[in-house]
Amino acid sequence: MSRRLLIVLVAIAILAIAGWQLAMRMFMAAPGDLDLSLSKKSENGLYAVSLAPEQAPIREGPLESFILTVKMANGQPVEVSRIEIAGGMPRHGHGLPTEPRVTAALGDGRYRIEGFKFTMAGWWQIRFTIEAPPGRDEADFNIVL
Amino acid sequence: MKRWLPLLLVPVVAGGLLAVSRRGEDSFTVAEKKTIASLALTALPKLQPDPSNRYGDDPAAAALGATLFFDVRMSGKGNVSCSTCHKLERQFQDDLPRGHGVADTDRRTMPLAGVAYNSWFFWDGHRDSLWSQAITPMEDAREHGGDRAFYAHFMQREFGERYDRIFGPLPDLSSVPEHAGPLGTPAEQAAWRGMTPEQQDGVNRVLANIGKAIEAFERSIMPEQTRFDRFASAIAAGTAPGKDAAFSELEIEGLKLFIGSANCSTCHNGPRFTDGQFHNTGIPPVASLPPDHGRAEGVKLVEADRFNCLGRYSDARAGDCGELRFMAKSGKGLERAFKTPSLRGVAGRPPYMHAGQIATLEDAVAHYANAPAEPKDGSELHAITLTDRGRMALVAFLKTLGG
Ligand code: HEC
Ligand code: HEC
Ligand SMILES: [Cu+2]
Repeated sequence: MSRRLLIVLVAIAILAIAGWQLAMRMFMAAPGDLDLSLSKKSENGLYAVSLAPEQAPIREGPLESFILTVKMANGQPVEVSRIEIAGGMPRHGHGLPTEPRVTAALGDGRYRIEGFKFTMAGWWQIRFTIEAPPGRDEADFNIVL
Repeated sequence: MKRWLPLLLVPVVAGGLLAVSRRGEDSFTVAEKKTIASLALTALPKLQPDPSNRYGDDPAAAALGATLFFDVRMSGKGNVSCSTCHKLERQFQDDLPRGHGVADTDRRTMPLAGVAYNSWFFWDGHRDSLWSQAITPMEDAREHGGDRAFYAHFMQREFGERYDRIFGPLPDLSSVPEHAGPLGTPAEQAAWRGMTPEQQDGVNRVLANIGKAIEAFERSIMPEQTRFDRFASAIAAGTAPGKDAAFSELEIEGLKLFIGSANCSTCHNGPRFTDGQFHNTGIPPVASLPPDHGRAEGVKLVEADRFNCLGRYSDARAGDCGELRFMAKSGKGLERAFKTPSLRGVAGRPPYMHAGQIATLEDAVAHYANAPAEPKDGSELHAITLTDRGRMALVAFLKTLGG
């Protein structure tokens, strides 16, 4: 077999796999390189924010609640004056089916947020806008069901 | 080497096509098998108690509810029962574009299989329990056309003993007018206003309990096993589907489209083929009817309903009313959004959509293939490309869901 033919055959094989992957990816609900971490710095770096489901794993259908923890970079808990919650499914072009809100300040920078509902499988995005004395900042979380 | 380049596209396309078009039971991907299993009736969880109705699982209440559901005396003129529109032998619907009781209504009668699994009732979810749903048509002038005081007297006259045994003693109705209610004719409304708050409360409670008995009955209306379920069980178990459960090539293609590139199972998901939520799918309004804002109006109505989960006739604690407390009340997704219907039995009950706008299953599928511009605000539908064969395949698949 000529070396040239071999190269071509290998290229064909690689591209066939790529085509397959591309087609499968088009059906997939979320991009593969999504940041799924539940602890992160807020967008402008003001806060260290982490999100923990009160019941894991997160289910499709029933109401779900989370504990959102907001701290300064040095670990000092933040007393938040307001948390705005928005989100939806970017690939489907719809927002959250419910209006979740903070129902309890648990102390130590921890806030209970109730009323999430994930009605479909796929990629969900939740954005928390945090207002506190140090300033206003946002944190996005990705959840894939 | 340059001349080779276009040829290299061939395997890319071939690989892609292969990924899309593999057929045969054993050729479902792992992800597809998981989705198929999630749609099967075996995935339907046990029905949870309704915390707002403490009689929901009481057999005596269910028996009374069954009687009331089929009793035409439960109406202003003695000629309409729930089953006038929700016909037992017709999947509890009536095959009409819009339900007809005392007069024509503006929406299509909804089938009731598995109805108790819902959080929201009606096309726009303007009620949050089956019991508060049931009392709504009873007082609607175009449906049962009765009034609250009449129903309380009726219960006492015809079912007093059974009522007492289930709910405790009826209130004293001796000085309650024969006809009175906050939603009735001007005369009925005036009579209602003339009653004491205690009398009104007593009558309200009887009405709520009638609803609670009907709910207890409706909780037993469950979806039936279909050919799809037998096929799905076999796929899940990794065995070959039995003779009658085996799918044709076209049905398999339809199933793959449904859970794949046609995106149907994003909204029509789970064993009832519905997410129980509200979506604007660009179904055009019926010109001769008053404007219908769908969920945008539904949220206001359910919040104002004094028979809702948080109201005084509910048996729930506030903590049990999460659906209502965290209901989305604003946002762009509400205008002309309607509840995703279950697709079980769908082939057997045309016409389709919230006001019977679409006559056939073929046209319902075609609606998705050429999603029209939405008359008001945005439809949520993403354009999907379906070939003629793809449309036929989806229809063939929907027919495996019974009906
Ligand atoms: C005149 C025909 C008619 C009568 C009578 C009638 N219904 Fe209905 N039913 C409808 C229509 C139409 C809808 C949808 C209406 C809407 O969305 O506003 C509906 C909706 C429902 C729903 C909601 C189902 C769902 O999935 O959300 C239930 C449950 C129901 N009816 C039960 C009953 C009961 C119980 C009675 C008797 C007390 C009754 N209906 C009487 C026509 C009728
Ligand atoms: C964005 C959510 C969504 C998607 C995606 C979706 N549907 Fe629907 N479907 C609905 C809603 C909502 C209705 C009722 C719309 C109305 O009456 O205004 C409906 C109605 C229907 C009906 C009529 C059922 C009845 O009882 O009236 C059929 C059939 C149907 N869909 C099939 C499909 C198929 C096939 C696909 C994929 C090509 C699909 N749907 C994709 C939400 C969706
Ligand atoms: Cu979605």
